[in-house]
Amino acid sequence: MTLTFEDFLPGRFGTFGPRHVSRDEILEFAAEFDPQPMHLDEEAARKSMLKGLSASGWHLCSIMMRMLADGFIARTASLGSPGVNEVRWLAPLRPGDDLMLEVDVLEARPSRSRPETGIVTFKSTARNAAGEALCEMTSPIIVGRRAEAAG
Amino acid sequence: MRFFEDIKVGDRREIGSFTFTAADIKTFAAKFDPQRFHLDEEEGRKSLFGGLTASGWHVGSVFMKLSVADFQRQAKELAARGERVAVWGPSPGFRELRWIRPVLAGDTISFVGEVIAKRASESRPGWGILQGRNAGTNQRGEEVFSILATAFVPMRETT
Repeated sequence: MTLTFEDFLPGRFGTFGPRHVSRDEILEFAAEFDPQPMHLDEEAARKSMLKGLSASGWHLCSIMMRMLADGFIARTASLGSPGVNEVRWLAPLRPGDDLMLEVDVLEARPSRSRPETGIVTFKSTARNAAGEALCEMTSPIIVGRRAEAAG
Repeated sequence: MRFFEDIKVGDRREIGSFTFTAADIKTFAAKFDPQRFHLDEEEGRKSLFGGLTASGWHVGSVFMKLSVADFQRQAKELAARGERVAVWGPSPGFRELRWIRPVLAGDTISFVGEVIAKRASESRPGWGILQGRNAGTNQRGEEVFSILATAFVPMRETT
């Protein structure tokens, strides 16, 4: 069954994963979108503030998007997102890490401009296998309401 | 890249442009954001967006790609003038990312950045924190993307 606005209540929505992240995909994403030495070159990465090879923060966010899509957005009446309130990159994503994604609903409110939809704001936290938080993302998604509620 | 002391609030810079092809949009979406309006032209036309639309994370990643190319251009310009090139630190994150309008297949987006705040870092002596408002505009002059980005930038005197 497709999830609608009414299915998103404040609190923990779910935990998704694990998603294994390989060295090859870190290098491939960095080569295309973020070719800084700390994401591409072991030696340069060791000397950087992050002290070792790490994934682009945009790669981590994109993987979190995929985990959200596979976790529930693909079966949600999603109409897209207007943006992201905040992303905090807290610790580096390393080659070989297995990510888990915790998803909380912070707020769910009906849209004033489009009464057949609502805006659900999620906080998603990506953690490595040791439980360390790597990234926190706060972002709204526009979700369709059940037909009877929209009238 | 420039040092913290050499950067002024109000400094503006053209970061670069990128044309999103249908193939680019689908390749990115298949890996990271497999929603129907990012994967299929017909589904895009039927959606709120009105056409095959790039994932917002694709637009953000292209903004990063153009920013890195611009960093490298600036580093070359500084080195050519015999000036020292600063190595910037990793970004702690961003705020207020806005996907204002859809980026449709064939759109060319041009990005511009402006420094809006700078301060010394409390946690990392010798480093400053810059905030920049960066915006992307399509070929029709419509703003499609905006982000308040943060970066750690080294100070000249301590490095």
